[in-house]
Amino acid sequence: MEQFQVRGTATRRAPGSRRQAIIGVNASGNLEVLIERVLPDNECLVEVATAITGFRDLWEAVITEFFERSSPGGLRFSINDTGARPETVTLRLMQGLRIMEDEQ
Amino acid sequence: MSIVQPHEAHWFEASARERIAGLLDPDSFTEFLDPSQRAMSPHLAQFNLTGAFDDGLVVGSGRLKGEVVFVAAQEGRFLGGAFGEIHGGKLVGLLRAARDLASKNGPRGVLLLLDTGGVRLQEANAGELSISETIHAIIEARLAGVAVVALIGGRAGAFGGGGIVTACCSRIIVSQHARIGVSGPEVIETNKGVEEFDSKDRGLVWRITGGRTRALLGGADRYVRDRIKDFRAAAIDLMANAPPFSAATLAAEQQRLADRLQRYGECRDAPEIWRKAGIFEPDRIADISDDAFLAVPRPAGASHDAR
Amino acid sequence: MTLDEVLVGLFPAGHTIERGPNGTVRGTGRLDEIGDVELIGIIDGTPLGIEGALMLAAHVLTLVEQENRLPIVVLVDTSSQNMSRRDELLGLNEYLGHLYKCLAFAGTQGRRTVAVLYGGAAAGAFITTALSTLALVALPGAEPFVMDLPSICHVTKLPLDQLNEMAESTPIFAPGVDPLFATGAVTERWDAANSLSKQLVALLQRTSGFGDRRDQTGLERGGRKQAAAIAERVKDEAAKHA
Repeated sequence: MEQFQVRGTATRRAPGSRRQAIIGVNASGNLEVLIERVLPDNECLVEVATAITGFRDLWEAVITEFFERSSPGGLRFSINDTGARPETVTLRLMQGLRIMEDEQ
Repeated sequence: MSIVQPHEAHWFEASARERIAGLLDPDSFTEFLDPSQRAMSPHLAQFNLTGAFDDGLVVGSGRLKGEVVFVAAQEGRFLGGAFGEIHGGKLVGLLRAARDLASKNGPRGVLLLLDTGGVRLQEANAGELSISETIHAIIEARLAGVAVVALIGGRAGAFGGGGIVTACCSRIIVSQHARIGVSGPEVIETNKGVEEFDSKDRGLVWRITGGRTRALLGGADRYVRDRIKDFRAAAIDLMANAPPFSAATLAAEQQRLADRLQRYGECRDAPEIWRKAGIFEPDRIADISDDAFLAVPRPAGASHDAR
Repeated sequence: MTLDEVLVGLFPAGHTIERGPNGTVRGTGRLDEIGDVELIGIIDGTPLGIEGALMLAAHVLTLVEQENRLPIVVLVDTSSQNMSRRDELLGLNEYLGHLYKCLAFAGTQGRRTVAVLYGGAAAGAFITTALSTLALVALPGAEPFVMDLPSICHVTKLPLDQLNEMAESTPIFAPGVDPLFATGAVTERWDAANSLSKQLVALLQRTSGFGDRRDQTGLERGGRKQAAAIAERVKDEAAKHA
């Protein structure tokens, strides 16, 4: 398995007051994402733990695109993955962000 | 993401967290050892596996129709919902807390949303021990007056040690999707051959281990439709009406299990049992709708307070 | 060790044993220092199925009703639960659960229950006969396991020699007495060089109460380092929340 981080800068703080959310399940072809509001407003971070090695470049591309599209400032996304496809990764990151942005 | 109300969702497809959300009173759930605390298995990396932030078990406290309950929900899609060191430790801690708090502002019941293939082989010894420690803690909670109710209807069922844990609960609720057993069908087939158990025959698997068989035999106390709200209604009902862990209950259980063996000990498939029990159209039990199944009178000995 | 060797070793002052159906036994053993002990068991590597479980449970319930409150020793040389379609159909999980509850119940009634494992015990049979008592001792020849290593290979998709190597650095999954001792399942390992009878007397004198501190034991022995702390953390959070 492989573990690494992808850092980014954000142009805005992700709205909302939620401190924590979790989405997805770490099953075959799937991933779970824990989102925590723990970073400075202009920073974002994805930590990846994946059972499938050798795809770091692809992960970085997917995550960087997510950062650019969504600017999730202040949020740390932590992933446990077992071979999810890039589209699924993007979907979960977007779903997680949406939950964090919903006012409680 | 679903726009269905949490309690309207189907139990079978729901995640552990979705089941909790639909089962309990809205916004009443507080999680213990939440995912941000990262209580994860230290044993999976050596097997090249990634883990889960909650190690596949969500535990916490909430309300069921206003009454305080503890809840433990297994995520059946993470490593088959299997018991590992951390997963098991969380469950044991929750049950011990229920025992300790029983006479104070503690929970009226503990709801176990079981969805497990048994012990996680990568942590076999820790998993097996946690099954035994869980049963021990269930007994202590029951002795303290806390009802422990099993809710089963997910894709892993309740197998292996999970089947034994189920049998030690005060009450058991199942849906059609539920399966309860000890050895999995594939394991029986590998050990004894396909004649003994064709594990690919889905109809057979459900006739032998499925929710309808359990309900009609008395291996489950309540059969419900696959909606979370149906499990909720049954849990409210049964939590208020749970047998004590006592000599009298065990004696009654001894009797009902002896009766079952005597009546049906020669049977090798469910329809044979239903025929002996005088159930109308015994070969159609698996095929009829939930409404029709709920209208089938339970055979003698199936409804009891002996668990 | 054979059953006879075990019985003579544990009870040099004498014993009675009666073989029943489905590999079950019951009887009594005499210990000069403390008196008689009740015996039940499953022997000859017989798998534990619904008939055997029901019979053993009946024995336990009979013993619990008696006023004398003698200790109960469970002799264990089984294999796994019975692999049978018919047993599963009839609710094997309930029969095993019932036997477990009966043995545990004896423990709640002040009876000192000790499982003496001298042969095999696996999976559901191991849980029900050996993990349900207040103490579990392993004699020479004991072979407890959750699942055999080749099956673990099959499920984890790792080769056998790699698993064997991993088993050297962690007792968390491997079969056998030593890993199960390290993780807290086996209370004591007895050797035949010392008197089995004396070891049994000493253990019975030390055994009391229905508490379960096996996770603490696993921590103290270093084989199961987190279970106790995790349970404690959940218990504390629950108490604070109440």
